[in-house]
Amino acid sequence: MYKILKKEVLANNIYLMDIEAKRVAKSCFPGQFIIVKIDEKGERIPLTICDYDREAGSVTIVFQAVGASTQRMAEYEVGDTFRDFVGPLGCKSELVDEPDEELKKKKILFVAGGVGTAPVYPQVKWMKEHGVDVDCIIGARNKELIILEEEMKKVAKNCYVATDDGSYGFKGNVNDKIKDLIHNEGKSYDLVIAIGPIIMMKFVSLLTKELGIKTIVSMNPIMVDGTGMCGACRLTVGDEVKFACVDGPEFDGHLVNFDESMKRQVMYRTEEGRAVLKLKEGDTHKNGGCGCGGDK
Amino acid sequence: MDVLKKVPVREQDPKVRATNFEEVCLGYNKDEAMEEATRCIKCKNPKCVTGCPVSIDIPGFIKEVEEGNIEEASKVIAKYSALPAVCGRVCPQESQCEERCIRGIKGEPVSIGKLERFVADWSREHNIKPQPPETLNGKKVAVIGSGPAGLTCAGDLAKLGYDVTIFEALHEAGGVLVYGIPEFRLPKETVVKTEIDNVRELGVKIETNVVIGKSTTIDELLTEEGFDAVFVGSGAGLPKFMGIPGENANGVFSANEFLTRNNLMKAFDESYDSPIVSGKKVAVVGGGNVAMDAARTALRLGAEVHIVYRRSEAELPARVEEVHHAKEEGIIFNLLTNPEEILVDENGRVKGMVCVEMELGEPDASGRRRPVVKADSEFTLDVDTVIMSLGTSPNPLISSTTEGLEVNKWKCIVADEVNGKTTKEGVYAGGDAVTGAATVILAMGAGKAAAKGIDEYLSTK
Repeated sequence: MYKILKKEVLANNIYLMDIEAKRVAKSCFPGQFIIVKIDEKGERIPLTICDYDREAGSVTIVFQAVGASTQRMAEYEVGDTFRDFVGPLGCKSELVDEPDEELKKKKILFVAGGVGTAPVYPQVKWMKEHGVDVDCIIGARNKELIILEEEMKKVAKNCYVATDDGSYGFKGNVNDKIKDLIHNEGKSYDLVIAIGPIIMMKFVSLLTKELGIKTIVSMNPIMVDGTGMCGACRLTVGDEVKFACVDGPEFDGHLVNFDESMKRQVMYRTEEGRAVLKLKEGDTHKNGGCGCGGDK
Repeated sequence: MDVLKKVPVREQDPKVRATNFEEVCLGYNKDEAMEEATRCIKCKNPKCVTGCPVSIDIPGFIKEVEEGNIEEASKVIAKYSALPAVCGRVCPQESQCEERCIRGIKGEPVSIGKLERFVADWSREHNIKPQPPETLNGKKVAVIGSGPAGLTCAGDLAKLGYDVTIFEALHEAGGVLVYGIPEFRLPKETVVKTEIDNVRELGVKIETNVVIGKSTTIDELLTEEGFDAVFVGSGAGLPKFMGIPGENANGVFSANEFLTRNNLMKAFDESYDSPIVSGKKVAVVGGGNVAMDAARTALRLGAEVHIVYRRSEAELPARVEEVHHAKEEGIIFNLLTNPEEILVDENGRVKGMVCVEMELGEPDASGRRRPVVKADSEFTLDVDTVIMSLGTSPNPLISSTTEGLEVNKWKCIVADEVNGKTTKEGVYAGGDAVTGAATVILAMGAGKAAAKGIDEYLSTK
């Protein structure tokens, strides 16, 4: 059993939790993920590691309550336990293995979209701890969905915020802000790390390809075991089929087949919708009254 | 009673069982078991024992069954096997113990598997528990993987007085017994859980959610955590795909994923959270036991199911009993058929599978007749789901994170067949991690051999 040590609401429907998981805390690195299973009947949910405290033996996760399982998770409080919590899984970020001297020579831009700001944070923090100055863009639909801005500002040299509706910071999406930095502020970058919704990572990659900037993305496909035994998380990178859980989750954004991955992400859309309805309405959702086929 | 024939075993009616996940074979009751036991002629030099990878004293336990001493029979089996309720169900007895039974020359062999199963089930129902050793020898052994190889190795070492901890990557112990083999062949709550609890009764600790190579490494177990030896029984869980167009479409699964969702995550049960997309028309590509399991699972989820296999019925690698059960339940066999492409609709979903017909040509290096494509035989199979069951290979995670552990070109760990010794001191290995995908009982045999090897190593160290 894995105890919840801390719980915070970062934004509407976005939660942060510190989980006691000694083995994971001891051996994890930025870029890796964990799988959590709430209870006996729960499903296995992959979440990127957002921070860790090796001394305290805790790992921080951030999740958006978007489906039945994450909504159920959000109801858990400090002192409650999750049945299973396994990791670290996947490969650590390539940057972790690079010598500090090499890193310092690079001009790096992190691009975080929505709840994707959480997995960007440990990477930027790692850079700060190794004396590397980096820039960061946090993008979201509106002001309410911006998370970890204060934390990020402490570790990034420059932290820019962009909202689609202009309710806070720069008005426009992250691509607009990248162009603004390069064209209007005279910035240049050797490397972009983009983490967020798949559609955002796709469009950032298209832009940086045009601009000739190497780009790393962190893929978040459907997973089951997370250890390479099933291939649910497979995706096409260049000419090869890769398993995101063991070969990734980080890949070269200019080689990922985003369209295929987006289609695979919605494979269980109907099942997910039914699960949310069942959670909200319980037994009332039966017999296909809404035309969806009921609880079948 | 016809002495040339096995006492028949009761089974669920095919029409009924095709709609549920309850066990197909109901097993013998005590009277039936005692009657079947009389068919054994108690050979002085029993051939059946030589056919068993863990060399169970078969005439010994059958004699006890014949006399009605079931508890005694269970003690005889326990000397050799930690998982009799599993083996009695899933071993390919027809090519092992029963193949060598003298009775089999003129008639049907003694039903050794069903008798072993009866003894194990009776023991569970009568709450017979194994006895842990009275004293421990103070030495610690880590076992990686809680499948048949790991459970057997751990059980044997615990009986010898070692302090054993099993590390398992998934959230449940059992390996293929929990994620691979379906409920209807191997019930989880009763059979598998009890056998794993029996290994715990011997003093073995099981730590789940530990991925060796990620959460910790073999080197750390040996240096920081104070283990004196390690057994690697991590299996062969890496699925193969064909590499044909359309294989990443929605609706194409590896058999591992499909079976894991159903068996481990219980997706077939509404009260569990994990979803499964069960199509209306399913093609399972492959002809092994895993293919049969996937096909029969899809059938129970309500689909029309085709087995698509490139050779003929005679070459099907699955157990005869499983093929027979699959046919009885209504699985359609498209033999001498090979997929070439999966057709995908505009939403990325499977809408069909282009196949070609095959014929068997000259024998290849392995002696099997090589299937060759029949000219102009292309056709489209109308399916919405495809399950690839083409075999698995060992996951490279452990070998790639362990200094000095040699693997061969198939990424199988190189280990001595007799004692499981690898190229790294103190590290032993067995089961599918060494041989590539094989059977439960062979993995158990390897776990036993390695336990002996580890004991010899640590006794002289």
